[in-house]
Amino acid sequence: MASKYDSAIATEIINNFGAKPEMLVQILVAFIERYSYVSEEAIRQIAKEVNLSRADVHGVVSFYHDFRTEPPGKHVVRICQAESCQAMGSRELTSHAEKKFGVNLNQTTEDGEVTLEPVYCLGNCACSPAVMIDQQVYGRVDPKKFDALLEKHR
Amino acid sequence: MSDAIKVYVPQETAAVSLGADEVAARIGAAAKKDKADVEIIRNGSWGITWLEPMVEVSIDGQRIAYGPVDPDSVDGLIAAGFLKGGDHVLKLGPTAEIDWLKNQDRWTFRRCGLIDPLSFDEYQANGGFAGLRKAFEAGAKHVLEQLKVSGLRGRGGAGFPTGIKWQTVADTVGEQKYIACNADEGDSGTYSDRILMESDPLTLIEGMLVAGFAVGASKGYIYLRSEYPLTRQILNKALDIARNNGWLGENIQGSGFDFEIDVHLGAGSYVCGEETAMLESLEGKAGIIRYKPPLPAIEGLFGKPTVVNNVVTLGSVPDIIALGGDVYAAHGVGRSKGTLAFQLAGNIKRGGLIEKAFGVTLRDLIEDWGGGTASGREVRAVQIGGPLGSYFPQQLLDTPLDYEAFIKAGGMIGHGGIVVFDDTVDMSDQARFAMEFCAIESCGKCTPCRIGSVRGVEVIDRIVGNEKREYNLNLLNDLCDTMIDGSLCAMGGLTPIPVRAALEYFPEDFNK
Repeated sequence: MASKYDSAIATEIINNFGAKPEMLVQILVAFIERYSYVSEEAIRQIAKEVNLSRADVHGVVSFYHDFRTEPPGKHVVRICQAESCQAMGSRELTSHAEKKFGVNLNQTTEDGEVTLEPVYCLGNCACSPAVMIDQQVYGRVDPKKFDALLEKHR
Repeated sequence: MSDAIKVYVPQETAAVSLGADEVAARIGAAAKKDKADVEIIRNGSWGITWLEPMVEVSIDGQRIAYGPVDPDSVDGLIAAGFLKGGDHVLKLGPTAEIDWLKNQDRWTFRRCGLIDPLSFDEYQANGGFAGLRKAFEAGAKHVLEQLKVSGLRGRGGAGFPTGIKWQTVADTVGEQKYIACNADEGDSGTYSDRILMESDPLTLIEGMLVAGFAVGASKGYIYLRSEYPLTRQILNKALDIARNNGWLGENIQGSGFDFEIDVHLGAGSYVCGEETAMLESLEGKAGIIRYKPPLPAIEGLFGKPTVVNNVVTLGSVPDIIALGGDVYAAHGVGRSKGTLAFQLAGNIKRGGLIEKAFGVTLRDLIEDWGGGTASGREVRAVQIGGPLGSYFPQQLLDTPLDYEAFIKAGGMIGHGGIVVFDDTVDMSDQARFAMEFCAIESCGKCTPCRIGSVRGVEVIDRIVGNEKREYNLNLLNDLCDTMIDGSLCAMGGLTPIPVRAALEYFPEDFNK
């Protein structure tokens, strides 16, 4: 579960990587792990403590898909959209999920429960389609199994 | 020695994604209830994904396999006496006798499934560190020589001769050199890096150590994609094990050689699998590709001479050094020496990792090993080598898996991923997706890739929508030429390959 932003802890994370600019990607990964998104406040603090401009940090944040700038829902559900999963019905599974949650990919349900995201390959291609719920990967997920997995994660 | 019955339950992403953790827990609970003395070993995977979770029991030193074991079949297995090798509908017999495994040419993956990936003793008992020991004994020159003799080529996709790359780094003068392992396995249909890192991570570590020793580098990085959380856990534990046993750090095994390895995580960018984008990302920046030359071997990470190799490439090295380059080179055909871990994916009945010598045909892999499609329908198209690879129709399935034969047929083997589609596929969707994926993942440096891919989606939509068909087909063709000629890296340069293959072999899908 993501924690509330705390600038003292943020400094600690930055210092774990020596506050070095060449560790910026790793610092942001650690921020995502702790806070699940990179806030404007975080960008300001990182820029200051790593001695980069805010534009530099923003440029890196906006480049990588993992570096969300908005808080996600309580659960992040990622459905693989790549070829192997397409061959096994990921397009249909994605429509099922979108209908079920009433959102499109890259959106969060109104109740803040679920963020639905695309992912391009989970390396689970011998048992497609693959889905990742929070940090757990599942294989051979059809709509029925998808619904059962959601229940399990609630 | 304990008298406990040894039960092996894989701890590998695919097996776990199909319930292996729960299977292990249920076996443990049942054994406890029956007061049976059972030791559950979380081995890696044999790569036989279609039978995962494949559970094994050791009976008189022989491993008996059962699979696929889902959590709900555990009680039945226990009741059937599987802990004593009892009969059950899921019983497969001795693991060593399973044809699918027995008929492979295991080299790089020979310990995968066999050992507990986090047991230093098992690694050593099965030939681990023999390559590095030999390297220390015979010297860097010998390593470089053997690597060239082996004919090993980069398994990440480009197929560049590894020995020549290493020699270049060794010959480049520099105080600081690096080994950068590309573990950003982003191609759909590929998972061999993941299986190696999860099932035998010390092999990769040993390969990096050999590389560092051979070229004079003291620091290595593993650039691991964030989509592999379990791999990360296992890899970090393996690095600790190597460190604690004196195989990482200063003066390794008294050789005077120092080497450290850090794991850096990616953040969901496909293009960071391109070597120069990966180097940028390792330097903390956006993964925007670099112009080549200079080659990374001369000016790589932080401007220093750097060996950039994929996981399987590095993992193939220790045994090449231990056994000799000629032993490896005896496998394969033509200039494709040795073995490749082919990965069957998509709509396939028996998916999984098959390490075979080069020369096997696509049809052998898909029909004999893979058993055809999972849906039972006809195979219509096969994409080989990831999202930038060609779509092959039926008539090209007899192409032997050999780098040169594939190039001749207009394809590329890439990282060895084979994604099968049945006859329900709409190839215009696949062509459109190739362009769409390029638009999503382009680093933005080259205009033909950044903009061309967006225009590509639009033009394909117009063709499929029967809007000025001839005109738009010509436009798409021109656009593909522009992307091929005007992009610096494979992202923009190869995206037209699957698009053109779809148009050439499946034109009917664009004209409905």
